[in-house]
Amino acid sequence: MAKNAQHWEKTRGLLFVTLAIWAVFSMGIFLFGAEMNEVTGPFGYPLTYWFTCQGSLAIFVILIFWFAGRQEKIDEEFGFSEKGDD
Amino acid sequence: MIKGNFIDNLPKVYGIYTGGFIGFIVLMAIGESMGMTAKAIGICFVGFTIFIYALIGWLSRTAQASNYYVAGRTVPTVFNGMATAADWMSGASFVAMAGGIYFKGYGYMALLVGWTGGYVLVATLLAPYLRKFGCYTVPDFVGTRYGGNTARLMAVIVLTVASFTYVTAQINATGTIAAVALDIPFQYAVYVGLVSILLCSMLGGMRGVTWTQVAQYIVLIIAYLLPVFWISNNIGAGFFPHFMLADEVARIGELEQQFGFVKNSAADLATVPKGLAGITKAHSEVNATPWAFISLALAMMMGTASLPHVMMRFFTTPSVKAARKSVGWSVFFIFLLYSSAPMLATLSKLALIDPNLPTGIIGKSIAEVQAIDWYQNWNQANLMFVSDFNGNGTVELNEFFMGGKAVVLATPEIAGLPYVISGLVAAGGLAAAMSTADGLILAIANAISHDVYYKMVDPKAETAKRLVVARVFLVIIGFAGATIAAMEIQGILGSVIWAFDFAMSGLFWPLVLGVWWKRANKEGAIAGMVLGLVSGFVYLVWVRSGGSGFLGITQLTFGIFGSTVSLVAMVVVSLMTSEPSAATQKMVDDSRIPAGTQVISQK
Repeated sequence: MAKNAQHWEKTRGLLFVTLAIWAVFSMGIFLFGAEMNEVTGPFGYPLTYWFTCQGSLAIFVILIFWFAGRQEKIDEEFGFSEKGDD
Repeated sequence: MIKGNFIDNLPKVYGIYTGGFIGFIVLMAIGESMGMTAKAIGICFVGFTIFIYALIGWLSRTAQASNYYVAGRTVPTVFNGMATAADWMSGASFVAMAGGIYFKGYGYMALLVGWTGGYVLVATLLAPYLRKFGCYTVPDFVGTRYGGNTARLMAVIVLTVASFTYVTAQINATGTIAAVALDIPFQYAVYVGLVSILLCSMLGGMRGVTWTQVAQYIVLIIAYLLPVFWISNNIGAGFFPHFMLADEVARIGELEQQFGFVKNSAADLATVPKGLAGITKAHSEVNATPWAFISLALAMMMGTASLPHVMMRFFTTPSVKAARKSVGWSVFFIFLLYSSAPMLATLSKLALIDPNLPTGIIGKSIAEVQAIDWYQNWNQANLMFVSDFNGNGTVELNEFFMGGKAVVLATPEIAGLPYVISGLVAAGGLAAAMSTADGLILAIANAISHDVYYKMVDPKAETAKRLVVARVFLVIIGFAGATIAAMEIQGILGSVIWAFDFAMSGLFWPLVLGVWWKRANKEGAIAGMVLGLVSGFVYLVWVRSGGSGFLGITQLTFGIFGSTVSLVAMVVVSLMTSEPSAATQKMVDDSRIPAGTQVISQK
């Protein structure tokens, strides 16, 4: 059972990291929306505008793939990953 | 075609399909240049695509429960991503989203963030664990994890309330497009739409819906992206709009400064046809308070993670690992459309208001604008209107009104694209509305046939009988939805947002705590679902009937209130009652490890 507990601890750790990044780009930055919009962001768009159009959305895509990869590593480490198919 | 090693051949099959569809577009373009009428092109687009979906639906017919409920759990990650994206992006995303951005700017774009960010919650908190559980439906998870028919039934009720709110809007959208393209009255068009939807799902259940949704995604994404790129090139804004519209966004800001936002008097506004709006908000400025933005995004994110028709898509992957990855693919495919909507809104607005562009109408004389062909067409369709409030003879920014749908539907014509594009857009909107309606109707009917009929009423029923019952409910739910849609109660987008709030009020915490908190028990879950849904509903009614609300929670974000009540009720009641049995706790432990057999064994 100790192995399971360790696996779950690591899984939970990854969850907290992922949710922290998620909270920053889905909510945190928009606390400063007005100030941030004065800055010029990627491709010349106002920064807050860019985050709502592309930035946050693209970060979510990358974040989920990153999370999936990390979680697979954790599962492998404990020998809990599934065999075969993908 | 759909036999044997169909799964291995998927890239080839859908590659040929995509090529065929592009060929069809070219064929229609040739037809147009040879004098085919706009109406004939519209009918061809709608008829051809519906025929293809129905064909896929027929080829996917099945007599096995696991095929019917979870597509045999064989759907590869990338294809499940496409199917989820089609399932997700509704008629509202397709037709109304760019319009919302056009009129409301920043405050509305919280929806873009919310409707993608929610998938982070799906991937981390729920999808892999529910997949390992091996349930057929979302109430199946609730019923098994917490035990007892009351919890299961409550989950079915929450699911039905949320999904039914959502599905009427989709059938409505299907009917609207069919009515325009086929030139028949809306009351009949709704049922034409319904029959097309049922053709996809009735014979093959989830399997049929999966493969039609992939086909529908391909149609809808081509139909959305092609015009955006084409318009951008046509008005000289850049060949890759997403990276090249900064100058256009800045130019709109300049024009807004120059024209100013003049407020119209109530008497003047009363002469504007219902449903049309003027440009009253800055395009790229922050025009909402942080809390207004964040609360709307948060409500949509938690709602996303509670909507059963999305969650059940991740039951169809071959493994837990694949379920996680396919969430990533889903957001990627959604991102392709969502990141294009603001670009379309920018192009549309600039084309209309910039006096330096030939299409710009601000500053032109009223008579001149009223003589433009496309103005007359869309004015007749009740989507465009100009009026000389100040009597100076020219159109001012505050004297030009448009319907939200016009941004997607009319911009191609304004920018001088051929009619074939309008036909394509109609096919895309139809694909978006149909694919979402399919997923929703199936989610409701499956919950009733699997959870209520099979698990509660007749657990000994044969597979053949179960599948007959499932299909009967599919038809009943569909007809109920179409009948309500024909009455046209709420606008398309209003009811979509309510569905998210209902789902998160009742289901978010019972699902999340079911995986992440072993101490959560049956009594707690029932309290959470009942009190969450009821309090959310009461809050909605209160605000709708003139109540002031509190903490800035509006009728669009009432789920924040409902889900908070749900969380508190669930924790308090769980702690006041005895902890779940050892068997239940072991079930939760098993669901946390990807390897091994799934927790529930299904027949």
